[in-house]
Amino acid sequence: MKAGTSLEKVLESGKFAVTAEVGPPRGTAASVIQRKGELLRPYCDALNVTDNQTAIVRMSSVSGCVLLKQLGVDPVMQMVCRDRNRIAIQSDILGAVALGIGNILCLSGDYQSFGDHPTAKGVFDLDSIQLIQLLSQMRDEKKFLSGENISGEVPLFIGAAENPYADPFEYRVLRLAKKVKAGADFIQTQAIFDVGKFAKWMEMVTERGLDKEVHILAGIIPIRAVGMARYMRDKVPGVSVPDGIVTRMEDAKEAREEGLKISLEIIEQIMDIPGVHGIHIMAVNWEDIVPAIVEKAGLLPRPLI
Amino acid sequence: MKTITQQKPFEEIIQFLEREQRVYLIGCGTCATMCQTGGKPEVLEMKGKLEEIGKEVTGWMVISTACDSLTREALEEDIEAVQRADAILVMACAFGVQTVAQYVEKLVYPALNTLLLGHEDSPGHFSRICIQCADCVLAQTGGICPIARCPKNLLNGPCGGSEGGKCEINPDLPCAWHLIIERLTKLGKLDKLEAIVPPKDWSVSFTGSPPPPR
Ligand code: SF4
Ligand code: SF4
Repeated sequence: MKAGTSLEKVLESGKFAVTAEVGPPRGTAASVIQRKGELLRPYCDALNVTDNQTAIVRMSSVSGCVLLKQLGVDPVMQMVCRDRNRIAIQSDILGAVALGIGNILCLSGDYQSFGDHPTAKGVFDLDSIQLIQLLSQMRDEKKFLSGENISGEVPLFIGAAENPYADPFEYRVLRLAKKVKAGADFIQTQAIFDVGKFAKWMEMVTERGLDKEVHILAGIIPIRAVGMARYMRDKVPGVSVPDGIVTRMEDAKEAREEGLKISLEIIEQIMDIPGVHGIHIMAVNWEDIVPAIVEKAGLLPRPLI
Repeated sequence: MKTITQQKPFEEIIQFLEREQRVYLIGCGTCATMCQTGGKPEVLEMKGKLEEIGKEVTGWMVISTACDSLTREALEEDIEAVQRADAILVMACAFGVQTVAQYVEKLVYPALNTLLLGHEDSPGHFSRICIQCADCVLAQTGGICPIARCPKNLLNGPCGGSEGGKCEINPDLPCAWHLIIERLTKLGKLDKLEAIVPPKDWSVSFTGSPPPPR
């Protein structure tokens, strides 16, 4: 065991893992996180807390993780390279470990021009692959980037994101290999809608044997409304929504029902793809749907670790 | 290659000059002339606009290369008009502005924004090729710079937002990493990207370092 978190234990025991995303509030209320944590606890093995996602200021990921931890939830702390340099990153990691956080998801971060402070200076001192490598060095060698010693253990279970739909398609697997080489233990992918293309990507992944070296969790975004489907198709970088799904949402009498149905169909197909070790549900502002998804997908009860 | 400049909004210039009645204007005969931001026609246009809002322009000149030390001599030639002004408005890149400031005991205001050292593809369209980071990584990237051309400065790109060869932050911007991969693929050298490029030494760059002693 590298960190001994619930997520790591579930994945290492070969069980199909379920994680979900918790968006922190644009304010100070701990209750927002606590409510989502209570709601999702029985349905997920770990919960990600986003880090100023889409470059919009929210409660910090580390504090959200601590609030979840207090409820007995295993948190995944997301960390972007956009807002902190190597000094701040390493210091935040030491603090996170001290607070009992073991899972860290390494991301480059959405560019600041997308957010609520578009005139901010982006940091990008490290990129996500260098961040992964840094965390494995901190854990395995107990050394800072500078080479100096860290006092104490740094038990981390290191995650990374990957987008099977980004271009150049053939290169994405090479980049995944690079993340694995850097030390990624698990991958949470961008939302999967086009299952065929994802399956093709997974085929390339398994051909290289990468599924044996890293746990891949497929991203799921339940669609709440037809506007959301169109918005994701047209506006969100890196998300690809096939027209067929948009049409289904347009024709549906009950948008939410249809959205749920689409998610369940996707999960069913994904579970048949070799090499996929779990799902990661990103129900942005619709966390309430997660229990239904997990239950109807037949993923209950969650393993007791 | 030249210093690419853009005129500041006139409203911003009026704000600088709020308390200055008499203004001397300086343009530059090199980059700002080529960018059409501070050549003779632009200086004369600025003169007209300032006079229209009731300022007195005590004189003007277009210095051949405002960033050069010869600027001192150029200023001497019209020193009387320069001295009569409350302030100097410089329509040159920021090198020019600072050079003028060095030689005249007057408040100096910039009329332009200095964007970059770059390449003008067509009038008004510039590409950022290099930002002089002082720790060049082109050896790892097939001769295409990810520091100047990838907004996230990724050394192990591309990010997950690269789509159809375009950058996620602006569809008019080619994804630098797409270009790098395309080029290395064409050269049969994609294996160059297998190695993880380590964190960069920013201490030597302008974003990371104190200025060198002069
Ligand atoms: S790596 Fe630095 S020096 Fe080299 S081209 Fe890019 S910005 Fe210029
Ligand atoms: S899309 Fe390409 S150029 Fe734009 S930030 Fe991502 S890697 Fe950099």
